Amino acid sequence: MSTETIDLKTRLITDFHAREAVMNGEASSEFHQKKRAGLARFEQLGFPTIKHEEWKYSNVRDLISVSYDFNAESSIGLAELEDLKVPKQEANILYFVNGRYNPDLSTIISPVEKITISSLAEAYKHDPAKVAAHFNELTKDADDAFTALNTAFTQDGIFIHIPDNQSVEHPIILRFVSDAREKNVGSQPRNIISVGKNSQVKMAEAFRTLGDQRSFTNVVTEIHVAEEANVQYYKVQNESENAYHIGTTQVRMLDRSHFYAGTVTLNGKFTRNNLNIVLDGEHCDAHMYGLYFPDGTQHVDNHTVADHQKPNSESNELYKGILRDKSKGVFNGKIFVRPDAQKTNAFQSCKNIVLSPDASMNTKPQLEIFADDVKCSHGTTTGQIDEEALFYMRSRGISQPEAMSLLMFAFCADVVSQIKIDSVREYLENVITQKLASK
Amino acid sequence: MLSINDLRASIEGKEILKGINLEVKPGEVHAIMGPNGSGKSTLASVLAGREEYEVTGGNVVFEGKEILELAPEERAAEGIFLAFQYPVEIPGVTTINFLKTAVNEIRKYKGEAPLDAAQFLKMVREKAKLVSMNDSLLKRALNEGFSGGEKKRNEIFQMAVLEPKLAILDETDSGLDIDALRIVAEGVNSLRSPERATIVVTHYQRLLDYIVPDYVHVLYKGRIVKSGPKELALELEEKGYDWIKAEVEAVG
Repeated sequence: MSTETIDLKTRLITDFHAREAVMNGEASSEFHQKKRAGLARFEQLGFPTIKHEEWKYSNVRDLISVSYDFNAESSIGLAELEDLKVPKQEANILYFVNGRYNPDLSTIISPVEKITISSLAEAYKHDPAKVAAHFNELTKDADDAFTALNTAFTQDGIFIHIPDNQSVEHPIILRFVSDAREKNVGSQPRNIISVGKNSQVKMAEAFRTLGDQRSFTNVVTEIHVAEEANVQYYKVQNESENAYHIGTTQVRMLDRSHFYAGTVTLNGKFTRNNLNIVLDGEHCDAHMYGLYFPDGTQHVDNHTVADHQKPNSESNELYKGILRDKSKGVFNGKIFVRPDAQKTNAFQSCKNIVLSPDASMNTKPQLEIFADDVKCSHGTTTGQIDEEALFYMRSRGISQPEAMSLLMFAFCADVVSQIKIDSVREYLENVITQKLASK
Repeated sequence: MLSINDLRASIEGKEILKGINLEVKPGEVHAIMGPNGSGKSTLASVLAGREEYEVTGGNVVFEGKEILELAPEERAAEGIFLAFQYPVEIPGVTTINFLKTAVNEIRKYKGEAPLDAAQFLKMVREKAKLVSMNDSLLKRALNEGFSGGEKKRNEIFQMAVLEPKLAILDETDSGLDIDALRIVAEGVNSLRSPERATIVVTHYQRLLDYIVPDYVHVLYKGRIVKSGPKELALELEEKGYDWIKAEVEAVG
């Protein structure tokens, strides 16, 4: 791992121009113009410091102090992936290694009339106008340097289109693997998912790292949820002690649609998840569940936005964390209720167990309400294990460590039970059980 | 079976138990009565190993073992059971899963193999029947949203499953209507045997109509000030505690 301090911003901008110089005609495409605008935005914003309100508790200095290979080749095969212990399942499984789609490892089983699944690069070759139109559509106004960076640099990701009135039976599992066995690697996938009217789908993004070098993942996912659609979207992070992860999921919901998000951070050095949901329809409901277990000196930051723009919709949010050692957690939950969004119901709750005096949790609910006929509530708690419950269990013969892990597992249960892809939920239950038992 | 000798205990520097002496033999039922604040629940808690209390003197021998140095889970494994006055609600842990863990942890302590799922379920169903516990409660989170009566019945059910040698019932009658009280008492009585003993801690006599004690002890200001046969409970019911207090003050 390189220890010299470098100027990552300058290096990235130089790289962009170098690549652009050899692009020939493609440089004038709509797609590339969007990327160029992304670069300009990034150049203007620069990497955030802790002086930035949205980054007050999450310092990226360490993340940007080294360089990463964003084009690293990987010889990874299924044999190595078996070690990653995600159970086999009846699902569409798509592998991305160092940010690039790997068709040899992937399996697509859902019929094409129900769903179009392809890599962003393939989709662009096939229909450049369509991909260019959707690309960065939802994130175009984002005031976030990492999203702009992704826009400028993304090379691949998933492009999913589900027509109207389709119920996609098999879930879609996107597995992003960083192969950091030999060097510091970076990847910036962009996922674009569009779910048609009255269609249903379940999907998960799972992030893993191989090897001990650094990995930096900067992922952006845009999800269009059309009228009456039902989307279950999960993000599972089980990365290495040297994994840096910044992710933004941007969702737009239309009338009478349903969206469920579950964000589970099992492991990783530094994690920042932005989940931004725009409820741009009436009678929608958005659900956000989150869970995180930092230990050592890990850092997990969840920023969420429920932006109510139309009347009669509901958002419901529950985030939970267990913090150990010298770890740090951050939760910032914004609820906007725009002037038109009368009869909005918005609920938010963040609950944490802090097991060590050196661990810390910063929570900040932020409600901005511009309509008068709304129901909003928020609450955060940060505490220790319930001693009375612990004694109760011990008085029945359950040893202290076993009682602790049962109680902690129970604490997580109402989030874990929301994960509706069975194999993902079972995987989480296993990993969480091991994690809780190991301390 | 149980021998409490000059037991003293305090919480936050305040002495609550000021020298308790009590002998309990197998098969016996002892009632511990007394006015509020006399130290009844403290005694139950100290025997079960609640850590907020500091034992400042004396000892407790159970089946030949000093238990004050044992962790709560070790005491449970040795055969002591405390039915809580306020059973704790534990969301996310089902009653059945909780009990399975408890049973197998105790078996592990004794060097026995864990029960498999089928053996455990069979045993649990029998015990549930014994205390008229509805099967559906077993699958629900432990005590969560249970009525007062259901919580107390769940305590007795757990006791039936764990089969302790010594059961300590801490104000098990509080908050129960007469029907619930009778069901709970029937459960306790059905578990009585010549090998097992029970300590019933209660403020009121009415539970003792159903669980008839061999001995009644009056606890006042951290000491057992009077002991007698079951009729003592009736006398207390009739005359209240003032005459006991007066007697104690007179001896002073």
